Amino acid sequence: MKHTLSVLVENKPGVLTRVASLFARRGFNIDSLAVGTTEDPTLSRMTIVVSAEDTPIEQITKQLHKLINVLKIQDLDPKDMIDRELVLFKVNATPERRHEIIEIANVFRAKIVDVGRSSLTIEATGTTDKLAAMEDLLRAYGIKELARTGKIALARGSRDA
Amino acid sequence: MKMTAAQALVASLQAEGVEVVFGYPGGVVLPIFDALYEAEGLRVVLTRHEQGATHAADAYARVTGKPGVVIVTSGPGAANTVTGIANAYMDSVPLVVITGQVATHVLGTDAFQETDITGITIPITKHNYLLDSADDLPEVFAEAFHIASTGRPGPVLIDIPVDIARGEITYKRPERVNLPGYKPTVKGHAKQIHQAASLIAKARKPLLYAGGGVLSSGAWKELKELAELMQLPVVTTLMGKGAFPEDHHLFVGMPGMHGGKFTNYAITETDLLLGVGVRFDDRVTGKLAAFATKAKVVHIDVDPAEIGKNRGVDVPIVGDAKPVLAAITAELRKMGAEPRTEAWMRVVDDWRARYPFHYHASESSIMPEYAVERVRELTRGRPTVFTTEVGQNQMWACQYLEIVEPRTWVSSGGLGTMGFGLPAAIGAQLGRPDHLVIDIAGDGSIQMNSQELATAAINKLPVKVIILNNGYLGMVRQWQELFYDKRYSSSTLPQDCPDFVKLAEAYGAFGIRATTPAELDDALVAAFAFDGPAVVDVRVEREENVFPMVAPGGSIDEMLGGIPGGPVSDMLDSELFEEVWE
Repeated sequence: MKHTLSVLVENKPGVLTRVASLFARRGFNIDSLAVGTTEDPTLSRMTIVVSAEDTPIEQITKQLHKLINVLKIQDLDPKDMIDRELVLFKVNATPERRHEIIEIANVFRAKIVDVGRSSLTIEATGTTDKLAAMEDLLRAYGIKELARTGKIALARGSRDA
Repeated sequence: MKMTAAQALVASLQAEGVEVVFGYPGGVVLPIFDALYEAEGLRVVLTRHEQGATHAADAYARVTGKPGVVIVTSGPGAANTVTGIANAYMDSVPLVVITGQVATHVLGTDAFQETDITGITIPITKHNYLLDSADDLPEVFAEAFHIASTGRPGPVLIDIPVDIARGEITYKRPERVNLPGYKPTVKGHAKQIHQAASLIAKARKPLLYAGGGVLSSGAWKELKELAELMQLPVVTTLMGKGAFPEDHHLFVGMPGMHGGKFTNYAITETDLLLGVGVRFDDRVTGKLAAFATKAKVVHIDVDPAEIGKNRGVDVPIVGDAKPVLAAITAELRKMGAEPRTEAWMRVVDDWRARYPFHYHASESSIMPEYAVERVRELTRGRPTVFTTEVGQNQMWACQYLEIVEPRTWVSSGGLGTMGFGLPAAIGAQLGRPDHLVIDIAGDGSIQMNSQELATAAINKLPVKVIILNNGYLGMVRQWQELFYDKRYSSSTLPQDCPDFVKLAEAYGAFGIRATTPAELDDALVAAFAFDGPAVVDVRVEREENVFPMVAPGGSIDEMLGGIPGGPVSDMLDSELFEEVWE
């Protein structure tokens, strides 16, 4: 099962190494990882997607808590989180097929950010599922290159507050 | 007050109450050693290897309860501490290791004697620092000592580039540390404590399973009070030896691979296992699926990650052993609980009487078990710290010594570090100057740090090294005998090389050899009486095995060797057991 961990850490050198190596040495493979500073510049948020059963995920979060630079860990409930990823697709696009591709991008509310003689570069954001669907459609035209940010996520705001 | 960062480092050590520092100088750490040169109240012990310094600091911490401090240079100096740091990490020992580093303007350029020691030690330290500003030094030191010695203790490393050490700062000791990501839970949860007490009050076959956490917490008094109030039998792990007096009628030995049969039977049959400062290590549990299957489990540990890691738990209590045990005892008193273990203790006593540790005595050759027994008897009543090397010597020490005082047993548990015992004896002697300090050694292990005989001799530390010399890497040979068809691949060591008596003499220590049982007592007495370090080369029966033994991956009530008996399920029909198994 995939878990999305939202980890608040001190924004200090070496913290990423500490977190990443903890996953590696305890035998976990990180599916995706995104890091950036938060509203407080002394803190960073890491969004880590990892596949594991519940018991090992509990162990890894306990081990993460032991890192001095880690302040808070949330194992986000998929039903109660907002998650987004950003993908850049560079797709083969001859002038006669450009139109079709632009149409697909529009359907997914994606943007064309670069046009070349034989390619289009599309910027798309969304959930992992949406982006996978888009990737699947674009594959038919030939994806030359692809870069993704990794997922970022936050728990939804509480309704009663 | 203006001073260099190196001087501020010394001031920080003094402020933390550090009295002894173990170390070895080198190029980039010279500003720090220079500041140590005339530091008041700080003894600097120069070892002969950085690994020796780290083990000595480790043992110093274990016998005193205060963090051990190591100062070494960059590159090879720092790398040589790695085994010692890993050892302290596995056994949860508070250490502050200070390493010199190349200057900041050459960091990352593969400069002479540069190594990324903070990168190397991430997995084996509780935390580490690369000091990048002299101004941060007072704060970093206060944090390092706090982190090392609180919660689950462990080693903390501080890497200090040479230009930073020379930098000038205004030193002021921080009033408190501010670590928002580090807040160990000390007090246990009241509801969980009540639940644990209720289980103890009604258990018929309870068992206390105490480990190193009881010693690091300083909770031996609370452990004894709880055990005596409810008449609970107590087993202590290798790390927990001394947490409960081994001559006490409630003491039921050490569990696990080379533990007592009676101990492992008790674990197998208990209906309530109370783990305190233990981690259900594989050497204790054997096959997990067969471990304490009849028991509800209460697990008290200051490290929440240990709870439920290997074994499911019925009542988890995150907290420091001392206040938690005291709270459980208070709760039981409030409940007016009465001991219900009389029948259970009769069973346990019967097992203990029927399945003691056992070896075949010999008149012609010294059995290693006999040698350990004689050490025990000749030191009875005398305050003694025992350290061990790793292997058969360590297991016989576990089986045949009798540790009655907390923090007088120093052995490498989790990492199993050969070469630990002698430098540990040196650290222990500095921490406990009035104790007799004895290293139970093997001829293999002792050679991994025998250079520290120089440290002992020069510093006039009268440690006694008792080498159980069987001319083998004994535990390796035993496994090869039992599981590798007696193919003794790379496990034979000539008993005469080196000549340990001459080796001792070369360092200015006292050396003596015993080859027959008749010579043994005299040799030991002479060594103990010598006013300085001594080495006793005890030529023991060469192919003696440590028994009983749980085969790797086996169930702990099915042990090889020792007095025949078990598994427990086979002996439940006798009359004695009926009362508790009704």
